[in-house]
Amino acid sequence: MGLLSKKDAKLITDPLTDNNPITIQVLGICSALAITAELKASLVMGIAVLFVLGIGNVVISLMRNIIPSKIRIIVQLIVVASLVIIVDQVLKAFAFELSKTLSVFIGLIITNCIIMGRFEAFALGNGPWKSFLDGIGNALGYAVILIIVGFFRELLGSGTLFGIPVLGDPIEKTGVYSIGYENNGFMLMPPMALIIVGLIIWVQRSRNKDLIED
Amino acid sequence: MGLKSNLHNFKEKNKDKKWIPAFNAIHTFLYLPNETTHGGTHIKAADDLKRTMNTVIMALVPCLIFGMFNAGYQHYLAQGLIESADGFLGASFWTWDNFVIGLWKVLPLVIISYGVGLAVEFVFAIIKGHEVEEGYLVTGMLVPLIVPVDIPLWMLAVAVIFGVVIGKEVFGGTGMNILNPALTIRAFLFFAYPTWMSGDKVWVHGAVERAGTPDAISGETILGSLAQNNGTLGYDIWDMFWGIIPGSVGETSKFLIIIGALFLIFTKVGSWRIIISTLIGALSMGLIFNGVINAGWVGESSKFFGLMSVPFWQHLIIGSILFGAVYMATDPVTASQTNKGKWIYGFLIGFISIMIRVFNPAYPEGVFLAILLMNVFAPTIDHYVIKANVKRRMKRVKVKTA
Repeated sequence: MGLLSKKDAKLITDPLTDNNPITIQVLGICSALAITAELKASLVMGIAVLFVLGIGNVVISLMRNIIPSKIRIIVQLIVVASLVIIVDQVLKAFAFELSKTLSVFIGLIITNCIIMGRFEAFALGNGPWKSFLDGIGNALGYAVILIIVGFFRELLGSGTLFGIPVLGDPIEKTGVYSIGYENNGFMLMPPMALIIVGLIIWVQRSRNKDLIED
Repeated sequence: MGLKSNLHNFKEKNKDKKWIPAFNAIHTFLYLPNETTHGGTHIKAADDLKRTMNTVIMALVPCLIFGMFNAGYQHYLAQGLIESADGFLGASFWTWDNFVIGLWKVLPLVIISYGVGLAVEFVFAIIKGHEVEEGYLVTGMLVPLIVPVDIPLWMLAVAVIFGVVIGKEVFGGTGMNILNPALTIRAFLFFAYPTWMSGDKVWVHGAVERAGTPDAISGETILGSLAQNNGTLGYDIWDMFWGIIPGSVGETSKFLIIIGALFLIFTKVGSWRIIISTLIGALSMGLIFNGVINAGWVGESSKFFGLMSVPFWQHLIIGSILFGAVYMATDPVTASQTNKGKWIYGFLIGFISIMIRVFNPAYPEGVFLAILLMNVFAPTIDHYVIKANVKRRMKRVKVKTA
């Protein structure tokens, strides 16, 4: 037996596959559409949510017995907001360019449905360790989809990965561009992110028929 | 035992094989089917999908052939090798040279469109175990007609895959789609590769390679020029009507589109309500803009002046609103189904098309966007039309019983 019991491990692995917050619960779609045009932004967004959700879940779980249920949403908001401000300030200090790309979407983590959803559904009823694992698992599930979408959008839309050209130079016409390939401008637009998420959902459900609901 | 009965026996013998839909598709295409359309599709009469589709294709063939001549004609004309044809029967238009160039450029578009599209259909038919529907026959014919002649073939192939999968197959195939697949393909091309779908270089064969060289030729469309306040480039009304102007392959000749429209209306395949109401919608928007100009609210310095000041009836022969109204808006799957709904649906298509045309100088051809938008709203329109009808009849019942 390793570090985690089987039940605990499921808390992390489930959101990665059959209970993915984006493709199964269809939460947190707005940021998945907005910032996935670049892989780097997707990755940073994933890490930011990982931080906020991991710590937030623990904090809420620790306070779960002293929060009056009538004002629990306000309390949850305060916890998320403080964590998001930390992320925002860190990004502004150490990765200013990236923070400009992500612009309001870091701030909008506060309204990311996944976070409030996990607080409500899990942290309020479970201990800190379990809540931590659940937070990490869901944030990873979110990040994985963001990275997949970001990978395809950046590769096909700009011909780069993490800003490094991998398909050649579109202006100098090297690499695949020399045989007439061109970047797909549609990939850089938000609708294409929606379509890619849709395709991921399609693939996932056709592989696991149990996920199809009538 | 003739070939026909052999084929039929072959079909019976292999009924439970996985690839049988693919065989059936070819069999039905070449021979009379031994069954009529059934299941979830959009023909709601004692009619056959095949007849409907073939009628539309017949209406499109003149546009395609004209498009081939026009492609060659524009190519030679832009290089100054031939004189401009005077009218529809101009001597320099219907020449063998023009046709050869056109055939060489347009036929690959047709082959790619059909080849790739039908391949996707076959794959889905085999995976899902349903028959290949005839729906793609029309889409495959429309696609080459609504793209610029010089579009790279691989782009067309990618767009066709996207359009057929996302526009049609994810919804369940022919008869289930929300969006017109041909327009989905065009929208994909436009947003993905805008440099190949707009501007002044793509409409005439050879213009792209020559750009920047001393041999450079211009191939601006009238609409593009008007949007930049540059007038109609010396084309007169009749040039536009006969269609000897640069544009997408098959949409330039208003004359042939009108003939196609009459054919569709006569055979009752296309809805005359949608065609007429689309034109009415376009005319009303044109009149409103003319009114704005006459009232002096928009002066010549405005960037909208060029298109706003076009006499309202000329909007019908500039750009591809007529093609859209006749062949795209009338698509029985994506249009409204109720008669009253068809009037509303068509009117809004025309109205919005001209609005996009005038207010979006970067992309004056708004017809396809307007149709796609109304495709999305068509079921809603139907819903309210039916609900209004139910309400009216309920009232009648109440009056009677009271």
